[in-house]
Amino acid sequence: MTRILERDGTRMAVMDFGGVEKDVCLEYLPDLRVDEYAIVHVGFALQRLDEESARKTLGLFEELGLLQEEFGDPWEAAAASGPALEWAAADAAAGAASAAATASAEADR
Amino acid sequence: MKYLAEFQNPDLAKGLLDDIRATVTRPWALMEVCGGQTHTIIRHGIDQLLPDEVELIHGPGCPVCVTPLEVIDKALEIASRPEVIFCSFGDMLRVPGTDRDLFRVRGEGGDVRVVYSPLDALEIARENPHREVVFFGIGFETTAPPNAMTVHQARKQNIRNFSMLVSHVRVPPAIEAIMTSADCRVQGFLAAGHVCSVMGTAEYPELAEKFRVPIVVTGFEPLDILEGVRRTVRQLERGEHTVDNAYPRAVRPEGNPAARAMLEDVFEVTDRAWRGIGVIPQSGWRLSDKYRDQDAEHRFDVTGINTCEPSACRSGEVLQGLLKPNECEAFGTTCTPRTPLGATMVSSEGACAAYYLYRRLGTPAANREASPVG
Repeated sequence: MTRILERDGTRMAVMDFGGVEKDVCLEYLPDLRVDEYAIVHVGFALQRLDEESARKTLGLFEELGLLQEEFGDPWEAAAASGPALEWAAADAAAGAASAAATASAEADR
Repeated sequence: MKYLAEFQNPDLAKGLLDDIRATVTRPWALMEVCGGQTHTIIRHGIDQLLPDEVELIHGPGCPVCVTPLEVIDKALEIASRPEVIFCSFGDMLRVPGTDRDLFRVRGEGGDVRVVYSPLDALEIARENPHREVVFFGIGFETTAPPNAMTVHQARKQNIRNFSMLVSHVRVPPAIEAIMTSADCRVQGFLAAGHVCSVMGTAEYPELAEKFRVPIVVTGFEPLDILEGVRRTVRQLERGEHTVDNAYPRAVRPEGNPAARAMLEDVFEVTDRAWRGIGVIPQSGWRLSDKYRDQDAEHRFDVTGINTCEPSACRSGEVLQGLLKPNECEAFGTTCTPRTPLGATMVSSEGACAAYYLYRRLGTPAANREASPVG
């Protein structure tokens, strides 16, 4: 979230969606602070994005990867890297269109 | 955008996939409830990366797809009136009604406008005090709070030329309907994360217990889906059936209490027909008595609607997870996103549209053979 404003007696905010700024209604998340992230859907902030939870989840995923490296079958790991790379490429191509098409987005600041 | 790319990291997907492979010992059928999740799965080929034992069945969580034909026909009728400005989310415009769609209405001179948010429709009402502005209020528990707030604001700001055509739906009664249907193969659910961001998780333990199915609240990025699958498979292999939250960065057990309170005030629970599925008891919301005068169905007396579904369309079976989109004879031939027979081919959350967009044109077996993992 970038800044807070008031319009027609409604609590609003300007939020940055990866470079695109949009007005978002804050009535359901009135205590959201500048620099925090939120789940935004059709112009409404519906839930604060909990950064600590996000980091914890990513940490868990990293641990799973390390465990597999230590105990897993290296041939299987090599085979799995093929489609994973392709996924990254497909993502770059489809990314922008799909981000716009999905109704929900995790907003940047 | 923060915490999007991080949850799409292919390197981290490997660890999750390996853990699922190491855990699974026999076949399991999981349903992802939400159409947004279906799109992530098909776009990233997650169904093809998973071990053969894990099947993903696509659920009915596409709000555009399940909006009943009768309501679409009412929308078409209201939108055709000269005094009306009819506002809607974009993907409703190509959804086929009995004999046309909202695009056709616009082509015939109707004032049909696409908006990003229901608040945009309220703004249009403010700017056009001599016109009737109607917003098409559809969606699950994620979209219902924004629509409820807009009705509430219209009342508060005394904008009298604004009304809403409401056809909201709720996830838990749909899970109940799926589990009690005779053809049900579902053994575990990836619950829709953003629905739970609003509603919390309190509605789900009863369902998990009653049907002895694990229900794992799941997000929308590829790693979120894999984590939802991993946790569901783990429960199934252990013979457990609890509610688990694999999307804690956006879901708290209590959801968003302010949004839930607004829903309670503006809407009331009602039976709702789901397109292609049929009536599911207590599965919808309509405007409560207090807000009845802002109900477009009440304000515009729409009668004489005779609905008729195209017979070639099997979207009902797709929505219930009984048929994969590319198993339908019409898929990609007489039915495409430009000339859709059913809403599942139109919506950005429709399973048929996902299969078409990401080129799953052949049979599932052929696709599996053609995939790089073999």
